[in-house]
Amino acid sequence: MSGTHGTTETAGPERGKVSPEQTSATGETGKHEARAVAAVTQRLRGVFSEDGMITDRAQLRTYECDGLAHYKVTPALVVMPETVDQLAAVIRACADQGVPFVARGSGTGLSGGALPRADGVLVVTSRMRTIREVRRDDQRAVVEPGVINLDVTRAAAPIGYYYAPDPSSQQVCSIGGNLAENSGGAHCLKYGFTSNHVVGAELVTPSGAVVELGGLAPDAPGYDLLGTVVGSEGTLGIVTAATVRLVRVPEEVRTILAGFRSTDDAGAATSAIISAGIVPAAIEMMDALSIEAAEAAVHCNYPDGAGAVLVVELDGAAIEVEHEFGEVERLCREAGAFDMRVATDPVERALIWKGRKSAFAAVGRISPDYIVQDGVIPRTALPEVLRAIADLSESSGVRVANVFHAGDGNLHPLVLFDESVEGAGEAAEKVSGAILDLCIGHGGSITGEHGVGIDKAAYMPRMFTDDDLDTMQMVRCAFDPDGVSNPGKIFPTPRLCGEVPGKRKGAHPLSEAGLAEVF
Amino acid sequence: MSARSGVRNAGVDEAARSALASACERVDDATNDEQVDGVPVQVVARPTSTEQVAEVMRAAADHQLIVVPRGRGTKLTWGCPPEAADVVVDVSGMDQVLDHAAGDLVMVAQAGARLTDVQQTLMEAGQRLAVDETVTGSTLGGTVAAATTGPGRLASGTARDLLIGVTLVRADGVVAKSGGRVVKNVAGYDLGKLVIGSFGTLAIVTETLFRLHPVPAAQQFVRAPAATPEEAHRLAQAVLHAQVVPAAIEVDWPADGPGEVGVLLEGIAPGVAGRTTTTLGLLGGEATEQSLPPDGWGQYPWDVEARGDQRATALKLTFAISGLPEVLAATREVEAPIAIRGSAGAGVVYGAIPSGTDTGQVAAAVSRLREVCRRYGGHLVVVDAPAAVKESVEVWGPVAAVDLMRRVKEQFDPYRRLSPGRFVGGI
Repeated sequence: MSGTHGTTETAGPERGKVSPEQTSATGETGKHEARAVAAVTQRLRGVFSEDGMITDRAQLRTYECDGLAHYKVTPALVVMPETVDQLAAVIRACADQGVPFVARGSGTGLSGGALPRADGVLVVTSRMRTIREVRRDDQRAVVEPGVINLDVTRAAAPIGYYYAPDPSSQQVCSIGGNLAENSGGAHCLKYGFTSNHVVGAELVTPSGAVVELGGLAPDAPGYDLLGTVVGSEGTLGIVTAATVRLVRVPEEVRTILAGFRSTDDAGAATSAIISAGIVPAAIEMMDALSIEAAEAAVHCNYPDGAGAVLVVELDGAAIEVEHEFGEVERLCREAGAFDMRVATDPVERALIWKGRKSAFAAVGRISPDYIVQDGVIPRTALPEVLRAIADLSESSGVRVANVFHAGDGNLHPLVLFDESVEGAGEAAEKVSGAILDLCIGHGGSITGEHGVGIDKAAYMPRMFTDDDLDTMQMVRCAFDPDGVSNPGKIFPTPRLCGEVPGKRKGAHPLSEAGLAEVF
Repeated sequence: MSARSGVRNAGVDEAARSALASACERVDDATNDEQVDGVPVQVVARPTSTEQVAEVMRAAADHQLIVVPRGRGTKLTWGCPPEAADVVVDVSGMDQVLDHAAGDLVMVAQAGARLTDVQQTLMEAGQRLAVDETVTGSTLGGTVAAATTGPGRLASGTARDLLIGVTLVRADGVVAKSGGRVVKNVAGYDLGKLVIGSFGTLAIVTETLFRLHPVPAAQQFVRAPAATPEEAHRLAQAVLHAQVVPAAIEVDWPADGPGEVGVLLEGIAPGVAGRTTTTLGLLGGEATEQSLPPDGWGQYPWDVEARGDQRATALKLTFAISGLPEVLAATREVEAPIAIRGSAGAGVVYGAIPSGTDTGQVAAAVSRLREVCRRYGGHLVVVDAPAAVKESVEVWGPVAAVDLMRRVKEQFDPYRRLSPGRFVGGI
């Protein structure tokens, strides 16, 4: 996806190579940072074997970006821990030297959340890949952060269970990355996001302490730090194990592909389905341009002449699915569907999904470069926003392909351009930014599942006030007062944590009073 | 647990009173009944907007007053008593559903809105907030702050799975929001998660945004007796691993005599009928079905209206689902009589030890059951209890990561002005 790139101007690096100064902690001199990194490297030589650390410049460069490949920074050091002890040792070394660290799972993120720091350590979790437990009676699995999303489902399949969050990169993306980004996927309309499915985590805090948040049992007393950490994009520490919910495989799954003349019609069908009280497992939409791209790439054989297609998946008990299927079919026809296909077995289902899941990559075939956006709007605003996007496209001459999770209003407009054409990149960025403004203007969000990362940090002030962002960063200050855990992501301006008034220096008053056991 | 040192408490003098009065239209002297779990209150402020709550908090900060937020006060005694309570900030006047976007299945409501009123409004569009009203009269804010849960959690989750946005007022009077009007949203930290179950110690929630669900067309309850803990577990597991998509799997385990497992099925009429038949088969020959909830369904096993020493010792027990039989068995092994009711399919049950039970027996039961829950990765929390019991047991029990929680508190409320001492670890 070489063409994806960001739209930021003030936060984060420019498109293309990022110079070390732009991502260093102070922007002053690199000398101090280089010494600090050298000290960390030296200390970790006793912790890692030769192949667990990368210091060679050429090898380091293979980690210079994540799935948002237009931002590139070569890390100062890459470590690949295999145990929580090793990982904690890295973090403690970084904390002691004030060296920033960035966690990376499979590197599939689309917001630059795992973009390294030139003055920092990249902690790659891909060697922590053990599924520790699959517990049928408890409907839970305990997995390490480098475990691939789909492998959790594979491990649970023999007992009739699966792991529900299914980002489209699920064959390669890691659970640790999913936690960091609170990943969704096509089926989160019915089943929710990562945060709804992670019930426990072992976290290495930015000071290197190992703490348990949540666990096999629900509702741990105290503040819901687990819920806070999930989706915090690696800024509150690194998760080294996760306890996840497993979901019973449904009795029946049925997938419908419906062709419409226009996105308006498909949008009307979506609203009608939801209004009828039906909660499908997924409702996905593709417009004419993205259908064209998918057709060229994977020959998915979607209906001829369709201005839009909907993929609706129903699952659950067989009787309900049968009934809802009839309803969905009727509602689609009433909204103007002219062609409908139904998949009842996994092979047919895969065929329908093939076009949808390949859409991003397919767009690469019809345009040399593109920007993926991830804005969210209230579902009822779909027709209006799609028309506005079409107007934007027409007035600017920038083509926009729309592939999205229609059920929950999560748009993925693909803004197409050719970097070799003078000014095309800027024009595409302008359109891309205008689309985010449309989302915010409709009370939506700048990101539904890809995360803010470095890519959208500059847009945060359009969605949140300074006070909102300041309050969020109070959480950051509690976890990471020195700002070493993935700094520069999410927030356009860091908050100075400073000395908290009334902060306790010694033991907690209760411990002093001999009441420590009342905790 | 009695008052501790560390709270700067100037009390409500004339200057403080006048500052509060100019912050908010209604400021009253507290009546004798308006204690917070035995802790006297001086003044009750009744703001009617987020801005007024912010003004009140700024006045409280200027005058170093201790504040306890309150909805309708139905769970104000839960947790530990606060170290002091100069001002109760009563948000029950902020009781409006501000917007119900039916087409988007979301709503915005003020924190003082009563859950029952909210449901009434949503019902008009055939929708509901999938949160059980386990304490009659609860507000949205109180439900969030105390993180109450009922049978529906099995299918719909808890408030943490449904709250998509929040407006809160910090101890320093700053207003902040997180989340938004869309369900799918990963922009920024989710402050909603932090305030859920925070018992008024972090901030005052003034507005909530929730995702909604359609009201199911039909529902049916299936119940079966369970003579032993193992039987209760076997029945719960049978339904859990079947494909009947239960909305709830509950267990009722009285202080003595046989218990019962109850299952709720929701959906369209023919679907519910079919799944009811399957569930009857899973639960065995003695299982029966009914369209109305069984007695006590979705209610805690204690009298939620009881006050003072009339209160039962109310417990929340959590454990890995497979811990159910041991938890149930342990309740019969202790001297204190314990009635259990809760979500067998989720690993959360509630327990009640009658008021008047010997405090030593209560403490022994708490300790024994806590040990069992712990073995199954869970906790036992003494939700509420007479003062004598709260003084003799650990109310919250051991909590992991409590140092990190303290640091969060120090960031949000460095002077410990919000419900100090009520929460875990003396927070």
